[in-house]
Amino acid sequence: MKLARRRAIRLAMRYTGAIAVTLFFLFPVYWLFMISFKTADEIYSYPPVWWPASLQLGNYAVLFKDGDATTVGNSLIVASVSTIFAMLLGTICAYSLARFKTGGEHLANWIISQRMVPPIAIVFPVFLLYVWFGWVDTYFGLILLYTAFNLPYVIWMMRGYILDIPLALEEAALVDGYNRWQVLWKVVFPMCRAGLFATAIFTFVFAWNDFIFALVLTRTEVATYTVQVTHYFGGQSNFWGKISAMSVLGTVPIFIVVGFMQKYLVRGISLGAVKG
Amino acid sequence: MSAVGTLRNSRSSERNFKYTLIAPSIFVLLLIGIFPLVYLLVVSFQGITMIDNDTTFNGLANYKALFADTRLWESLLHTISFTAIALPLELILGLLMAQLFIDHLPGRQIFVALLVLPVVISPIVAGATWSLMFDNRFGPINQVISWLMGEEMTLLWTINPNLVYLAILAAEVWQWTPFMFLLLLAALSAVDKSQLEAASIDGAGYWRIFFRIVLPAIWPVMAVAILIRGLDLFRLFDIVWALTRGGPGTMTETISIFAYVKGFQQFETSYTGAVALMIIIVLSFVVIMALRRVDLSR
Repeated sequence: MKLARRRAIRLAMRYTGAIAVTLFFLFPVYWLFMISFKTADEIYSYPPVWWPASLQLGNYAVLFKDGDATTVGNSLIVASVSTIFAMLLGTICAYSLARFKTGGEHLANWIISQRMVPPIAIVFPVFLLYVWFGWVDTYFGLILLYTAFNLPYVIWMMRGYILDIPLALEEAALVDGYNRWQVLWKVVFPMCRAGLFATAIFTFVFAWNDFIFALVLTRTEVATYTVQVTHYFGGQSNFWGKISAMSVLGTVPIFIVVGFMQKYLVRGISLGAVKG
Repeated sequence: MSAVGTLRNSRSSERNFKYTLIAPSIFVLLLIGIFPLVYLLVVSFQGITMIDNDTTFNGLANYKALFADTRLWESLLHTISFTAIALPLELILGLLMAQLFIDHLPGRQIFVALLVLPVVISPIVAGATWSLMFDNRFGPINQVISWLMGEEMTLLWTINPNLVYLAILAAEVWQWTPFMFLLLLAALSAVDKSQLEAASIDGAGYWRIFFRIVLPAIWPVMAVAILIRGLDLFRLFDIVWALTRGGPGTMTETISIFAYVKGFQQFETSYTGAVALMIIIVLSFVVIMALRRVDLSR
């Protein structure tokens, strides 16, 4: 009796802690979303209002009317096309590293170290190069850089997922007269479908969330939503309504796709170190 | 790695196949990795600035300037300070949060799914969110502080030199503590429970169990988490950019912001080339050393 009661109290305390922590971490997200539904009067009222009187879509309407919302479309194009390329090139490379030990541990380590250099040091020479080739502010230029920057991640993650597949299946397929490309297409890819999907989502999120590459390499034509958000910060005053609405437009898709892949989250963000 | 995990039949077709598979990736990586690096090396020995397109050999002038540039060293110091404070904070808070969720808690998955949200938000959006939070008039933080103090407080979080580090650290720690939490929760869940019970029955105290059993068990994951976050913090840009743009003055300028300002606002092309090259060299060295000690591929 006493023990059961103590256990119940403990559980209640842990619940209280869990709820408090979760509220703390979600509050800024709530604030961002809530601001986007406020009218200008509510946003610039002092003291601040914690919940809007009614949900207004005015901030979003302005973004669509002025054409600013097309930057979300740019993000979508650039992130999805670069994800497709990175997945195609990276997965076959990962297969070679996993099954044939091509280049040994050194090549694998070199590839992952390519991702760890600060982006500013990469994007500076790339910018000079792009000026030379006329690739600044083009879809091609941005897609190429995102593909290259995400390749190490794809190769590294897919190498891990492929190593998880039992080798016997591929051997059996070879014995059955499949050629090597058929083995890849008909055995390996289907077997690591979940890994492919999870890695593609993360690759997409990295490109989608990037700011510094887009800041340097875009002007007006292919500016992404992250660059657009910063355009609303002014010297004297900030356009909070636009900042928050634009941020929400860019954040909701991420919340949705990540919601579908909770199971692979830990493996995805730990560079495969935690199999989870 | 053992030889068991390799596919073998006809040797030459295998060799062709395995190199065909890596060729496109290596080509792209070299195109964006090595080619610019060589270009950087060339530019850094020239004297290109906004007004002077001087491509003659300039010797080590840029590298000499680099060592004499106090603004550069200060930005490095700021970067290291952010890392030295944020990294342990995120680690300890993440560990405490993981403790809260480690035992059976109905609905745990929902909590975890919600707690992960800050991690997947774009850092620039996270920075923008916190500049809304810290706004001196229209943000909720000053409002709450005013309630608590019982008098009106208008703290200039992104301008006041005494507060600006707190503001940036708050945003940074908010976004990345859940990252530590997720990884450590996964690691803690994998710790052998029977071992903990045995130690507990033998009379070992909480801290003794933690340091002798739990910590060694979760260390490999912890090391990876520290490596990933450490490298991320070293490149810190977005959150600071959204909150202060390196200000007031250059007080919160990180190494990435410094390089951006030099290269893209002051157009000191050759000098920035030297800075970028130094960053790449130092970081590559750190990464190689780290990868020797931290096994990412278990």
